[in-house]
Amino acid sequence: MSPNKEEKVNADDDTTEIAGYRGQALSFIRKAKVNDGDLIRLRKKNFVAEGILIPRAEIGADDQHLIIKMGNGYNIGVRVERGLEIEKIQEGMPPHVEIPSRKLIKNTKLPTVGIISTGGTIASRVDYKTGAVMAALSAHDLYNVVPELGELVNIRAEVLFSIFSENMDFEHLSKLARTVASHIKDGDDGIVIAHGTDTLHYSSAALAFALQNLPVPICLVGSQRSSDRPSSDAPMNLLAAARVAAYAPFAAVTVVMHGESSDTFALAHPATKVRKCHTSRRDAFRTVNASPLAMITSKEIKVLEKNLLPRDKKRELVIKPRFDKNVALVKTYAGATGDLLDSLIDKGYHGIVIEGTGLGHTPHTMYPAIRRAQELHIPIVMTSQCLWGRINMRVYRTGVELVNMGVIPGQDMLPSVAYVKLAWVLGQTRDPSKIRSLMTTNLVGEISDQTRTSQFFPGV
Amino acid sequence: MQKNKNKREIDYQKVGLKVGLELHQQLDTKAKLFCNCPTKLREDPADLELLRELRPTQSELGQIDRAALFEFQKNLKFLYEGYDDTVCLVEQDEEPPHKLDEEALRVTLTMTCLLQSNIIDEIHVMRKIVIDGSNTGGFQRTCIVGLGGFVEDPRFGRVGIQTIALEEDAARKLDTDKKMELIRYRLDRLGVPLIEIATAPDIHDPEMGRVVAEKIGLLLRSTRRVKRGQGTIRQDLNISIRDGGLTEVKGVQRLDLIERIIEYEVERQINLLEIKKELEKRGAKPSLFEGKPTDVTDVFLESKSKILQLEIQKKARIMAQVFPKMAGIIGVQLQPGRRLGTELADYARAYGRVSGLFHTDELPNYGITKSDLVRLHKKMKKQNGDAIIIIAGKADNVEKAFLAVQQRVRQLFKGVPSETRAANEDGTTKYMRPRPGSARMYPETDVAPTIVSKALLKEIVNSLPESLEVKRHRFIQEYKLSKQVASQMVNSLQLDLFEDIMERYRVPASIVAATLLETWKSLRREGIPMDELTSESVLSVFEGLSDQKFAKEAIPDLLSFLARHPDKTINNAITELRLESIDLSVVESFIESLVKKNADLIHKRKLNAIGPLMGDAMREFQGKVDGKIVNKILVAAIKARLASK
Repeated sequence: MSPNKEEKVNADDDTTEIAGYRGQALSFIRKAKVNDGDLIRLRKKNFVAEGILIPRAEIGADDQHLIIKMGNGYNIGVRVERGLEIEKIQEGMPPHVEIPSRKLIKNTKLPTVGIISTGGTIASRVDYKTGAVMAALSAHDLYNVVPELGELVNIRAEVLFSIFSENMDFEHLSKLARTVASHIKDGDDGIVIAHGTDTLHYSSAALAFALQNLPVPICLVGSQRSSDRPSSDAPMNLLAAARVAAYAPFAAVTVVMHGESSDTFALAHPATKVRKCHTSRRDAFRTVNASPLAMITSKEIKVLEKNLLPRDKKRELVIKPRFDKNVALVKTYAGATGDLLDSLIDKGYHGIVIEGTGLGHTPHTMYPAIRRAQELHIPIVMTSQCLWGRINMRVYRTGVELVNMGVIPGQDMLPSVAYVKLAWVLGQTRDPSKIRSLMTTNLVGEISDQTRTSQFFPGV
Repeated sequence: MQKNKNKREIDYQKVGLKVGLELHQQLDTKAKLFCNCPTKLREDPADLELLRELRPTQSELGQIDRAALFEFQKNLKFLYEGYDDTVCLVEQDEEPPHKLDEEALRVTLTMTCLLQSNIIDEIHVMRKIVIDGSNTGGFQRTCIVGLGGFVEDPRFGRVGIQTIALEEDAARKLDTDKKMELIRYRLDRLGVPLIEIATAPDIHDPEMGRVVAEKIGLLLRSTRRVKRGQGTIRQDLNISIRDGGLTEVKGVQRLDLIERIIEYEVERQINLLEIKKELEKRGAKPSLFEGKPTDVTDVFLESKSKILQLEIQKKARIMAQVFPKMAGIIGVQLQPGRRLGTELADYARAYGRVSGLFHTDELPNYGITKSDLVRLHKKMKKQNGDAIIIIAGKADNVEKAFLAVQQRVRQLFKGVPSETRAANEDGTTKYMRPRPGSARMYPETDVAPTIVSKALLKEIVNSLPESLEVKRHRFIQEYKLSKQVASQMVNSLQLDLFEDIMERYRVPASIVAATLLETWKSLRREGIPMDELTSESVLSVFEGLSDQKFAKEAIPDLLSFLARHPDKTINNAITELRLESIDLSVVESFIESLVKKNADLIHKRKLNAIGPLMGDAMREFQGKVDGKIVNKILVAAIKARLASK
């Protein structure tokens, strides 16, 4: 059998594809009555290869090649062209991931931790359809993959979402806050949230504002290496997060991730002072303008900060899960104009955070749009794209002018945190003076009154 | 039962020997396979360190790989060393891989053409699970580039090629700590491109194994893009005999060991099959070898055995177990210097982290006396025909070790277990781990598949290296090598080095050929570690010759020096061997006085005096001045002397 040009099906017709094959490749396997998982033999000229037909990666893959997994475990792509012969040797099952199941035995001596899974690399596996890493593991599966968890805590697992963190929005965050609150009401001794790392620091800030007066710790945890690889940071991060959730003496929202590239210790970062600072390293998360709360090894938790709110299960949780999603974060840059601000104002946004330059500046070209926003009572909060350090709008004329226009100085708040906070504040009130007062007052550690020497990373 | 140490004559046809080779050759590319770091190894102190752990994961088809699990059970930590400027985040498993290095792919495609193999249309990079720590990610990235093909030898015929793969080399293992819990690796080698060529099990004779490996090695060298020197080529051998098992011998670094490894492995398998027969004859069965060991520490409290006393001081336990009907069998030699007991000790070490074992076939010995044994036999209720094995260490380690030893003994009833073994220097092998199953691969989704375009393929085909036959003719024409030397040169693994030297320096081809073929061999025979010589060192010697820094007579001494001192340069060698070129006036004045001193001799023998006087002169100027020049000056001086008379 060889591919026939007349029989070419419409490559755009997705409804007819088999395991990601389309176009020429699809028509070829369909004619041979072959499906993914079947053991087949391919032959052309001197070439012979046997293997299981593997799904074709959908994104960016062409319709010219069949992928087979040979007996030696290797995948190869064979071009569908004149002279290619196919033979079905054995009907097969499509490949599937099977996790050895493990009976859950509750150990009444151990504290109970709620593990809420939202997706991301920490809860992901290789997806053969898209050829990429995809969210697929439930929290429960993770527990099976990290059996040591059973010796540390009892688990109450819940899969809330299966999304990449870049798709997390305020609706998700409200739902997440309510879910965490219900776990706490049900008596969990601590909460772990498995989360994608890209926007992990937005979610941690959101939870810090939405859930106040905490009785127990809430730990957001992610991983930078997917859990399908032996070197994944997921098991260690998850163990560290569970340890903080169950045993830390303080009640705070934290981000628990690798503290350095080695698998030696994790750090618990304060929810409103943390940021992903590297695209790929395990220790991508850094505390900015503050100090990490604790260092976690495989044996203990070492608390690094004084005066933390102690854990107390009797404390009454305050839940304020409402966010106003009509908030934007805008960056200024050399050559920036007011166009972006104008368009947000036109669209009816309720508040804007500017990631300004240096001590908190914008170019003059933005002034008219800023004035317009003020006239319409749209709060504008200033932060700095320097990330490290505190803004000061009294040093240069530009800062003074912006303050005089009504821009609210965000002090040492990270832009991402000021953005989440403004959305949360607007979810509580639309009164301009209350907004200004809330935005300039430290509520949950997002603003500090001291900038310490040790809080900036070394230059050399 | 085979008991004498003399090698027996084996009819390899009759025992059904089948051998497949897997050659791994490092490529000499500018960049690593998946990042832009250089492919050079470094010996200076590392400036970064990482401590990591690995755990087994699900494979694509759902089974956790057996070999992968075994490594995890060993509960290891890995310390990786690197260099900030030459080891990037990719090797550290802190950044996704970049795209497949094109230079490495081109070399592999060239090899695929040279071996008449079919090129894969679309190349898919896979992750091969390896959790011994040699790869920071816990997997090695590898892809098949060619399928099928063959290599041919006039004497032994055709051997099929199964696969040609391009993969990344692993990190270099530096050492393991005493407790065997921390392994140190250096990341400089991780990611260096390797071509892996696997032959079909068409090899039926040990010598054929070596010849085929040399053939493939030669083709690799002909691409002029492969690394040379110690550790740059490694062979794995898959060896089996009829009724035996498939043994994978890993990490053979010298081609000349292949023959002996195959011979020894056949011997081992035959001996294991004979042990099986003997056990059956004695009426032993696998179920005899179960149960827990007995603590016999009290028996040895007063023992004179230093090893046991040391263990007792460390508060370790000494345990023993009876192995019924095994007397005389544990002491059977499987390979030269390796008994069944040695084999069992390998298992004990691998699974129990103990330092070894004693068995009654080798006792009394090692300070364990007859009276120790009498007490032991009594306590263990040993019967005639039984053997006892003794292991010392931490209690749970010892128990694990005994479990492994029992399991291995039960396997004796099946004959030869399939396993992965490591090659020793002498050609014998030792147990490494069970043979990995095939489910240890899944796609490397961070690297997009590479389509081999028709245009690229055409380019490769049009720039294939010149064939050895064409090369031989060229050497005769261009370099004026004799037919015999030219043939030897093109069939030598030094071929690419020869060509590099000839292209770079103005030196006579005959000297280069003689050095690489004859001098090399004789220096190795003298015990000079020639494998330690880097190509750079050899090139520097000929550069020096070309710049007339020394005479050609100095080459053997220089090569020996550089082989013995891999960290030193040619200039160090010249200084330390005192080979600095000598002003010709010094030679002339020396010869003048020599001629004067030997006036009588010259008078008597006329020009025939050159012989003895030349000897004296060369003793003085060995390696510092070319013999021809000395000869010329000497002849002139003698002639002048004779003329003046």
